[in-house]
Amino acid sequence: MTLQAYQEKAAVCWTGCKQRYGVFMANPNLSGGQKLAVHYFTVAMVLFMAQLLFGLLAGLQFIFPRFLYEILDFNVNRMVHINAMVVWMLYGFLGSVYWFLEDESGVPIVGLKWGQLAFWVLTGAVTIVVLVYLLIQIGSGTDTSLWLINEGREYIEAPRWADIGIVVVMLTFFYNVAATFAKGKWSGIAGVLTLDLVALAGLYLAGMFYVTNISVDQYWWWWVIHLWVEATWEVLVGCIMAWSLMKLLGVRRKVVQTWLYIEVALMFGSGILGLGHHYFWIGTPEYWFTIGGFFSALEPIPLVAMVVHSIYDAGAHRFKNSNHPALAWIIAHAFGNFLGAGVWGFMHTLPQINLYTHGTQWSASHGHLAFFGAYATINIAFFYLAAQQARGNVWMGGELTNGWRWKTAAVLLNLGVMGMTVALLIAGYEQSFIERAVEGSTWAGYFAAQNHPWFMQAMIWRMVFGLMTAVGGGLLFWDLLEIGKGEQRPAAVIENDAVTQ
Amino acid sequence: MTEQVPRWASEVFWKKTAIWVTGGSFVLLVILTFDSMKQISAGGPRVPAHSVINKDISYRLDKTKQRYQPTIGGEAPLFGKVLSEEEAEKLVDHGKKTVQAKNCMNCHTLLGNGAYYAPDLTKAWLDQSWGAKASREELMVNFLLDPEKNARTFGSNRKMPNLDITQPEAEAIVAFLKWMSSIDTNGFPHNFKAIGEEE
Repeated sequence: MTLQAYQEKAAVCWTGCKQRYGVFMANPNLSGGQKLAVHYFTVAMVLFMAQLLFGLLAGLQFIFPRFLYEILDFNVNRMVHINAMVVWMLYGFLGSVYWFLEDESGVPIVGLKWGQLAFWVLTGAVTIVVLVYLLIQIGSGTDTSLWLINEGREYIEAPRWADIGIVVVMLTFFYNVAATFAKGKWSGIAGVLTLDLVALAGLYLAGMFYVTNISVDQYWWWWVIHLWVEATWEVLVGCIMAWSLMKLLGVRRKVVQTWLYIEVALMFGSGILGLGHHYFWIGTPEYWFTIGGFFSALEPIPLVAMVVHSIYDAGAHRFKNSNHPALAWIIAHAFGNFLGAGVWGFMHTLPQINLYTHGTQWSASHGHLAFFGAYATINIAFFYLAAQQARGNVWMGGELTNGWRWKTAAVLLNLGVMGMTVALLIAGYEQSFIERAVEGSTWAGYFAAQNHPWFMQAMIWRMVFGLMTAVGGGLLFWDLLEIGKGEQRPAAVIENDAVTQ
Repeated sequence: MTEQVPRWASEVFWKKTAIWVTGGSFVLLVILTFDSMKQISAGGPRVPAHSVINKDISYRLDKTKQRYQPTIGGEAPLFGKVLSEEEAEKLVDHGKKTVQAKNCMNCHTLLGNGAYYAPDLTKAWLDQSWGAKASREELMVNFLLDPEKNARTFGSNRKMPNLDITQPEAEAIVAFLKWMSSIDTNGFPHNFKAIGEEE
């Protein structure tokens, strides 16, 4: 094919895309905020697929170390794997808030155009950052590398220019949320959400400077990572969950808001000082043993509360709901959050055991189940709410056409992640015993544990379950593109508690 | 009949509790942060000054605390050159920047944080696999300059890739690793037998 033929093909493709986009933007079933939310959800799903792909590549390198050696090394694959995860989760949260903002405030979004602009700016920036990660990968030991290529700090590797962009986008998002609630009605959810967003944007600033002292560096780095993941993100998810329980099950506002305040008190009460469990071994004072150990041991309590709350509400409403896939994922969220973030975190949070597990596959095991259980699940629930509404608020109850697809995707994803978690946990146990306890943490000890058949078997099982997760992810993507298409029945109407009573 | 909600189960009670608990926890964290910063600044009680790279560093069991701790010994200048505090800080800073720019943390852990594909670097300077103290600096630099040729795979087939590290960068990384090994990490890693401390 000649260059001209390629150009013509590309032009046809571009026109087709523009046409489809025009049809989507004219969709009468979605409000302005919901259209913006679908933009965020679409990119989130693409990034989720990228997370799965690069996770598989990194997992394969444990089994075949020469695979993609000096082409896409482990550090590159792993960086894209975890960054795609962080970013798709943030995209999911932003999308979820835009999704319910108008419903909750009762008015159209204030400054929606700025929100739309922020979306395109953020997406452009994310694309450039990923391309630089993949094509340039590393730089020389200068400030320029940290500003333009890679900051080299786990989870927040994005170069400094992108950090500034992220803060600007978060401020725009905050403006949309705060101004819309200010114009419309304030609610308990609105208050908690707005204050949480202040903390979320503010905390990111703690990760935006360079210091020589690695103890100081990691001290502030944990402010961003822990206070995002184990505090502000959890509260944000609490707000999203509160709204979705009202929407899906018709739970009374007074009930969800009281629960939300209880969860905020427990979450921040345990999570803020629970930060101390990251300060055991980085050079920080010994008092963090007591503070970090005690408060982080309390961290599962709000997660238990969330399980009790959501399961009670689902039971009280006899599981009558307007969107079966979304409810299934909300339930997966309640259990996944409790198990992954709560139980798996608690198991190695006390310094007496953490001395041996810190920096082993134990952390990877906890990380896989916690991020999936706490955040991926609730985002997926919202993707289903969006698919339902975008297709005309259609039926998403029993006897769905091709209903096997969402169920199979859910089973594969949940089993796959759980299987990876257990495989990594076995590797973590083995590493803690052999490398740490027996061999005394030397490099020779590290490799003695890595070469052990128990470790290698665990890595193979992790790969098997990783593939299962990837198949589930692909099926989920397909289902979201198709579910509800051609469905004629309207969505089930759920009676509100107040009405029932 | 009117609804009887006990005060401790009311929305208002939990709203106030949430505000006070959050505010109180945050204030405590800020106070503790000021104290921690004082204790972990370079040259403070837990993180030695950068010029510690001029000294012999080891890691021994403190029998009273039952915990391993760094020990600072006599003169042992890095690459045979005694550096002032400013010169040492500049060198360590270059090493830290290089470690970040080369994305080391996505294979290795530093102070136990990072990825788990390659060994922890917290006490890399003190690892027995360098053989003898006398040849350690040269071995480390050579390894960083050409990790494929000088691979240290320990039978795992995992090789560090060539990261285009220059001679000054390699020396700076070694300085950074030496300085990091002197940080009091509350006994992490445990049971680690440092080079020169063989029984």
